Amino acid sequence: MNPGEAEKKAPRRRPAYWRSFDEVSGNTPFDALVHREFPGEAGVMPDPVGRRNFIKVMGASVMLAGMAGCARQPEEKIVPYVKAPEEMVSGKPDYFATAMPFDGYGQGVVVTSFEGRPTKIEGLPEHPASHGATSLHAQASILDMYDPDRLNTVTYGGRISTWNRFIMDTATALARLDEKQGAGLRILTGTVTSPTLARQMKALREAYPNMRWHQHDPAGRDGMRAGAQLVFGRYVETLYDFSRVKTVLSLDADFLHQGPAHVRYARDFARTRDVEANHGAMSRLFVAEPSPTLTGAVADHKLGLRHDEVETLARVVARRLGIPGVDVDEAAAAKLPTGWLDALLKDLQGDGPGAVVIPGDGQPAAVHALAHAINARLGSMAVSHIAPVEAEPVDQAASLRALVEDMNRGDVAMLVILGGNPVYDTPWDVGFKDALERVPFRAHLTTHENETSHDCHWVIPQAHYLEAWGDVRSFNGTASIVQPLILPLYKGKAASEVLAVLLGDENPDAHAIVRETWIKHRPGDGFDRFWKNALSRGVIPGTTAKKLGIKMTLRIPPHRPVAREGLDVVFRLDPALHEGRYANNAWLQELPKPLTKLTWDNAVHIHPATARALHLDHEDLVVLSCNGRQVEAPVLYQFGHPRDAITVHLGHGREICGPVGRGVGFNAYAVRSSTSPWCATGASLAKTGKSYALARTEEHYNIEQSIVEQGETAQDRHLIREAPLAHFRERPDFAQHLGHHAPGREDTLYKPDEKSWDGYAWGMTIDLGRCTGCNVCVMACQSENNIPVVGKEQVIKGREMQWIRIDRYYKGDYGGEPEVAFQPVPCMQCENAPCEPVCPVGATMHSKEGLNDMVYNRCVGTRYCANNCPYKVRRFNFFKFADHKTPQLKMMRNPNVTVRSRGVMEKCTYCVQRINMARITAKRDGRLIQDGEVVTACQAACPSGAIQFGNLNDPGSRIAASKKSPRNYSLLADVGTRPRTTYLAKVNNPSAHLDAGGGEGGPAMPHEPQPEHG
Amino acid sequence: MEAQYVDIPEPLENIPPLAETDHSYESISRAVCDVVLEKPMPRPWYPVFGVGNLLLAVLGLSTMYLFYRGLGIWGINNPVGWGFAIVNLVWWIGIGHAGTLISAILLLFHQDWRTAINRFAEAMTLFAVMCAGIFPLLHVGRPWAIYFIFPLPNTMSLWPQFRSPLLWDVFAISTYFTVSLLFWYTGLIPDLATLRDRAPRGIRRTIYGIFALGWRGSARHWFRYEMAYLLIGGMSAPLVVSVHTIVSFDFAVSVIPGWHTTIFPPYFVAGAIYSGFAMVLTILIPVREWFNMKDFITTRHLDNMAKVMLATGLVVAYGYFSEAFYAWYSGNEYERFMMSNRMFGGGYWWAYWCLMFCNVLSPQFLWIKWVRQNPVPLFVASIVVNIGMWLERYVIVVTSLTRDFLPQAWGQYTGTIFDWAAYVGSIGLFITMLCLFVRFLPMISIFELRVQHRQMLRGELR
Repeated sequence: MNPGEAEKKAPRRRPAYWRSFDEVSGNTPFDALVHREFPGEAGVMPDPVGRRNFIKVMGASVMLAGMAGCARQPEEKIVPYVKAPEEMVSGKPDYFATAMPFDGYGQGVVVTSFEGRPTKIEGLPEHPASHGATSLHAQASILDMYDPDRLNTVTYGGRISTWNRFIMDTATALARLDEKQGAGLRILTGTVTSPTLARQMKALREAYPNMRWHQHDPAGRDGMRAGAQLVFGRYVETLYDFSRVKTVLSLDADFLHQGPAHVRYARDFARTRDVEANHGAMSRLFVAEPSPTLTGAVADHKLGLRHDEVETLARVVARRLGIPGVDVDEAAAAKLPTGWLDALLKDLQGDGPGAVVIPGDGQPAAVHALAHAINARLGSMAVSHIAPVEAEPVDQAASLRALVEDMNRGDVAMLVILGGNPVYDTPWDVGFKDALERVPFRAHLTTHENETSHDCHWVIPQAHYLEAWGDVRSFNGTASIVQPLILPLYKGKAASEVLAVLLGDENPDAHAIVRETWIKHRPGDGFDRFWKNALSRGVIPGTTAKKLGIKMTLRIPPHRPVAREGLDVVFRLDPALHEGRYANNAWLQELPKPLTKLTWDNAVHIHPATARALHLDHEDLVVLSCNGRQVEAPVLYQFGHPRDAITVHLGHGREICGPVGRGVGFNAYAVRSSTSPWCATGASLAKTGKSYALARTEEHYNIEQSIVEQGETAQDRHLIREAPLAHFRERPDFAQHLGHHAPGREDTLYKPDEKSWDGYAWGMTIDLGRCTGCNVCVMACQSENNIPVVGKEQVIKGREMQWIRIDRYYKGDYGGEPEVAFQPVPCMQCENAPCEPVCPVGATMHSKEGLNDMVYNRCVGTRYCANNCPYKVRRFNFFKFADHKTPQLKMMRNPNVTVRSRGVMEKCTYCVQRINMARITAKRDGRLIQDGEVVTACQAACPSGAIQFGNLNDPGSRIAASKKSPRNYSLLADVGTRPRTTYLAKVNNPSAHLDAGGGEGGPAMPHEPQPEHG
Repeated sequence: MEAQYVDIPEPLENIPPLAETDHSYESISRAVCDVVLEKPMPRPWYPVFGVGNLLLAVLGLSTMYLFYRGLGIWGINNPVGWGFAIVNLVWWIGIGHAGTLISAILLLFHQDWRTAINRFAEAMTLFAVMCAGIFPLLHVGRPWAIYFIFPLPNTMSLWPQFRSPLLWDVFAISTYFTVSLLFWYTGLIPDLATLRDRAPRGIRRTIYGIFALGWRGSARHWFRYEMAYLLIGGMSAPLVVSVHTIVSFDFAVSVIPGWHTTIFPPYFVAGAIYSGFAMVLTILIPVREWFNMKDFITTRHLDNMAKVMLATGLVVAYGYFSEAFYAWYSGNEYERFMMSNRMFGGGYWWAYWCLMFCNVLSPQFLWIKWVRQNPVPLFVASIVVNIGMWLERYVIVVTSLTRDFLPQAWGQYTGTIFDWAAYVGSIGLFITMLCLFVRFLPMISIFELRVQHRQMLRGELR
C-alpha cells in the first residue's frame, strides 16, 4: 500500500452517530471514544454515494435503460416496480418487493424508497413467510444498512486495500491449490438456502473436488435436523398449518417469535385465538419451557421445567398416547405435575388430528423425534413435511468441529468465511479462534468489523440485502429474488460475488450471477418476462416445495435424564440482538426486552426466590461459573422463571464492534460449550460485591415490590380485561362490566356528545387476545417516525423515546407461574384530550378528524401535556436526541416526518403522514379514503394482526366492526378522555381440568360487575 | 414638629411593646438612615453578601449550561415532567405572599404592628417573586421561544391558549409582581426623600432625589400619597388570594390523582402565607440583631408573626387532613392509591413524613409563648417550616407524577446536581437582593415609625 492510500484512510469509527447522547452519558466507553478518536473528522466523513449519485443512477437505470448512460456500473435494470409510476416523482415514494435473508431463510418484504433511498420495510402480502407482516429484525434492518459504522473498504491485514487486489491474491492462492484439486480450500457459511449460492458451491466443488463447505449458525437447528434423521432417515423440513388446530403443545418452542416461519405462524396462530371470528371457538396452547418466552406468556397453560425435563415430558406424553418403544426414566417422570399432564393428554387425545406438538430448536434430537411420533400418532392435520429448503443440510456442530480439527492439523490453506462471526459465536471449547490463526489465507466477508474479521487477512465489506442482488428461499421453499434498492453505500460485495471470484471470475457481478441461476430455471425467450414478474411479485411462482409423503421409523434413543448439580443455565438468543449480529443496531439495543423491559444489556435472569436463596440482589454483579469458565454478569429478577435455573442471552459483550455495541452487556458465549449449547448444568453464581445498573423501561424502585404492585394495581383498575372462554360464551360483553364507565352526560360539566365528528374519524383497536408482546410495532414505529435512540444512561433516567410502549403486567402466583399480559399503549388520541387545554401555547390541538396533533414548531416544552396525559404516551426531547449530522442517517429518515429537535414534545400521531398521503391520492381521484387505504406502521408490521385502524364514520370498515365487538373497551374510561384507541379484551382458553397457568391460583375469572362510578 | 408629651401608658401586661418609646423623631430617622448613609455594614453582612454572590454565580453558570445542553441535565423524565423548577417556583411564590399580606391586608385591617416590618416584607416579596419568575423560563424546553406564551401580535394571528393554567400563571404572577413593586415603591417615596435630604451632595443624593420624585412633604403630597397607598393596598389585597389560587390551578385543573383536588386553592394560599411568614422571620431575626433594630422590631412583632404562622399552619394541617380524608372518602381508587402511595410507598414516604413533621408537628411548639418570643427557637422553627413547605411542593409535584394511572408508566425522580444548583442559586439571588436592599434602602418605613412613635406617645398604641 502506498502512503497516499494510507492518508486517504477513512476513520473507521465515526463518533458522529453517537453525538447525541454519549456526551450525556458521561463516562461511558463511547464517551472515551469520542474524545479519543478523530473527533474533528466527524463532519468530514466521506459520503460514498451522495444524493446526486442516487438520483443520477436511479434515473439512469430507469429511464435510460439500454443506453450507456452510467459509467460507474455496467448497465442494469435495477427494479421493476410493484406500483409502477410512469416516472420518478420527487417526494413520492416507490415500493419494491424483495426478500430479507435471515439465518438463511427469506422473508418477503416491500421496501419504501424515496428518490432512491430505501426508508422503510413492510411485509410482502404474497410471501408465505410474511403475509404482509414483518419480523422485528426486518424492521430494524434498515438502520443496519445505513449504519455509519459498517465496513467501507476492503482491507488486508487491517490496511486499506482494493477488491482487485483481493481478486488477484485469491487467484494466486487458488493456483497453489490447483494441483491438489482444491484440498485445503474451505468455505464457511451460515445456513444457505439461496439457489445461486448453492449453484456456485456446486460449481466450486466441480472445479475443486477436494474443497469443503462448512456451515455454522449459532441459532442452530441441529436438533431439528437430527430429529428428522432419527425418524425419517433423512433431513426434512417440518411445517405447521394452524388453520384447523385446536390444541398446541409447545415443547420449549418459541414458535411465535423465532425460526424462519415465526411471522407467518404468529399470524396463523392468532387467527385460531380470535374467538369472535371463529364463532366462539379457539385453540388452546400448552407450553413447557425452561425459560420464560413470549410464546409461554400467551399460553393458556405454561409449565416451567428444567431444560431436559422437556424431554421427559415428551416421553411421558408419547408413552401415554401408546407409542411403542419409548423409554422413560420413572424417577424423572414422577417429577412432572400429573394434573397438568392429565389435562394436556385429555386435550391431545380429544382433539386428535386437531392437535399438534411443536418441538423447540434448542431441544435435542430425541424431543424432535418424539414430537414427530406424537404428531403421527395423533394424525395431526397441522403437520406437513417438505424436502429441506437448505441447500445442503448438515449437522452444523459436526461441520464446525471438522473444520476446526482440519485447521488445527494444518490442512486448511485457505478459508473463506461468508458472513457470520464464528470467532465470537462458536462455543469456546471448539477453539475456533486459535485454530483460525493456523490458516495461511483467511478471508471474511462481513458487513461490520467484528471479532472474526479482526483475525482475518482479507476483510471484504459485505453488501446489505438492500444493496445487492441475490436470491433466497423461505421456510416452505418459495424462492424470491433479493433485489437491491440502492448501490452499495460502502462498496459492499455480495456473497455470490466472492464465490464467483473463487470460481475465477475477475469482474463478478451479482446481478448476472443471479440471473444465470434462474435462466436455467426458465430458459428461452420467456425469461425476461419471468424475471420481471419475479421481481415485481417478490416471489417466484412454482417454487413452493411439495409436501412429502414419507414413512417414519421410530428410533428414540434411551432416556438419560441429566443429573442436576447447582444451577441450570439456559442459553437463549437475545430477543433483539439475535446471536449478536445486531449489536451495533441502536434501535435493537434500546428495544425493551418484552418480559423484563431490559435495554442496553443482558443479564442473569433469575427468579427472585432463587436469588434470595443465593443471597443475590437485583443488579448485583456476579461471577457466573459454568463449564469451568467464568464471566461477570449482572443479576436481573424475573418472575415466572423456573427455580434453580438462570437464563442468559447470547449476542452481547461484543468486543470488536461498532461503538454502539462495543462492551454492551457480557458475552455469554464465554461459558457456552458445544456439548451443552442450549442448557448447561452445574453453574454457580458468586457475588463480586459490586453492583451494576440495568436500564429497564419500567419503574426502577425495588423491582420485586414494584412489579407486584404494578400487577395488582393493573388488576384493580381493570386495565387488562380478560376472561376464560367459558365465561366469554356466557357473557360476551364481560369487558363492559369490569371497571368503571365513562362519565355520562349527567356526571360531567362537559357534554361528551357536544363535539360532532363529521367526515373522517380515525380510530384504532388493539386486540389483546392477539397481541403477543413481540415488539415489532415498536420497531416499525421507530423506523417510520424517525424516533431517536437515547442510550443507556437516558433509559435509566426514564427518557426513552419510543412512541408505542408495550405494558407488561404479571398476575396471579408471583412465586410460581404468574400470568403475563401485554398491552401496547400508543397515543389514545382522546376526544377529550387532557393534554390539549393545558398547553399554554396551543402546540397540541385537536384535528377535525379526531387526531390529537402535535405542532413541533409551536411547542415551547413546558411538559404540562405529558404530565396531564393519563396514559403517559408523550415523549420529551430532553436533549437533542436526534442525530442531525450523520449523512447516512439523514438518508434513512422518512422525509414525511419531522425530525424533532431539543426541547419539544412528541408522541404517536396515528401515522398522520400516511393518512395525508392517502388523502392526497383520494382527493386526486375525487373520492373518499377507502377502508384499508391508511395502514399505520404498527398495524402493518404486527405479525398477529392485533391492530386495526380506520375511519369510524365508515360503517362498512373493519375498524367500525371491531369497535362493535362486545370485547371493545376503553382504557381508563372513567377519566372521561373518550380515547379513540380502544382495546379488545383478551379471551383465554384454560382447560376445565386444570387451574389457569398451571399454578395454584384459580382460573382467571373476572370480578363480578361492580356498582359503577367512584 | 413638637411631640405632645402625655403620660406614657404602662405597657400591657405580658405583651411586649410595639417599639421602644425612648426615641425622638430624629433618633428614629437616624437609626434607619444611618444604616444606609453613615454606618458601615455590620460585619456579618459581608460574608452573607459573599455567599449570596457565590450562589448567584452558581445560578448563572448552571443556567448557562442548562441553555447550552438542554433540560436533560435535570432529573426530570417521562412520567415526572416537572421537578425542582416547579417546586421552587411554587415555593418562592408562596414566600412572596407575606409581604403583600402584611402590607395590604394588615393595612386594611388596621393592624398597626405591620409598620415595622412591612417594608422589609414587601422587599422580600419582590425578590421572592423574582426568584420564582426565573423558573418558568429555565424549565421550558425551548427558552428562546418562550415569548410564544405572551399574547403578542404576529403575522400568523396565533394566540396563546387561554385555557391553560400556565398562561393564567403568566398573568397572575406578572400582575402580582407589578402591583407589589408599585406598592413597595409608593411606600418608599417619602423615605427616599428623607434619604435625599440626609445624603451628602453627590451621586447618592442625585439618585435618591430622582427616585423621590420631588417629594416635599406638603400636605397635598401626603393627602395624595395616603389615598394612592390605600388604593394600591386595596388592589393588592385580592392578589394575595388570587396568585396562589391560580398557581394551585396548575395542579387542580389537571387530571392527575394528587393534583386534581378542589381544596388546593385555599390550601395553597394558607400554605403561602405560612411559608411567607416563616421566611420573614428567618430573615428578620438576624437582621434586627445585626442592624440593632430591636427597638423597632420588638418581641411583639416576633410574637405576632409566630401566631400568624401557627394559625396558617393549622389551616395547612387541615388541608393535609382533608386531602387524605377525601382520598379515602371519595372511594376513588386512583385517589386512594395515590394517598397510600404518598404516605407509605414508592420511595417517597420519607418526604411525606418529613413534611408532616415540619409543617404540622413543629409549629405546635408555637403554642408556647417562650418559643414565640425567643428569637433562637423561633428562627429554628421558621427554618423548619421553610423546609417543610418546600417538601410539601416536592411531594405534591413529584409523587403524584411518579405513580399515576398506568403502572407500567410509573417512574422515579431525583434531582440532579443541576437541579440543586438552580435551587440554591435562586436562594443566592434572593440573598444578594436582600443584602443590596438593606445596603441602599431604608429597611423600615421611617415616616410610619414616626407616626407610630407619636401614636404611642399619645397612648393610642401600646
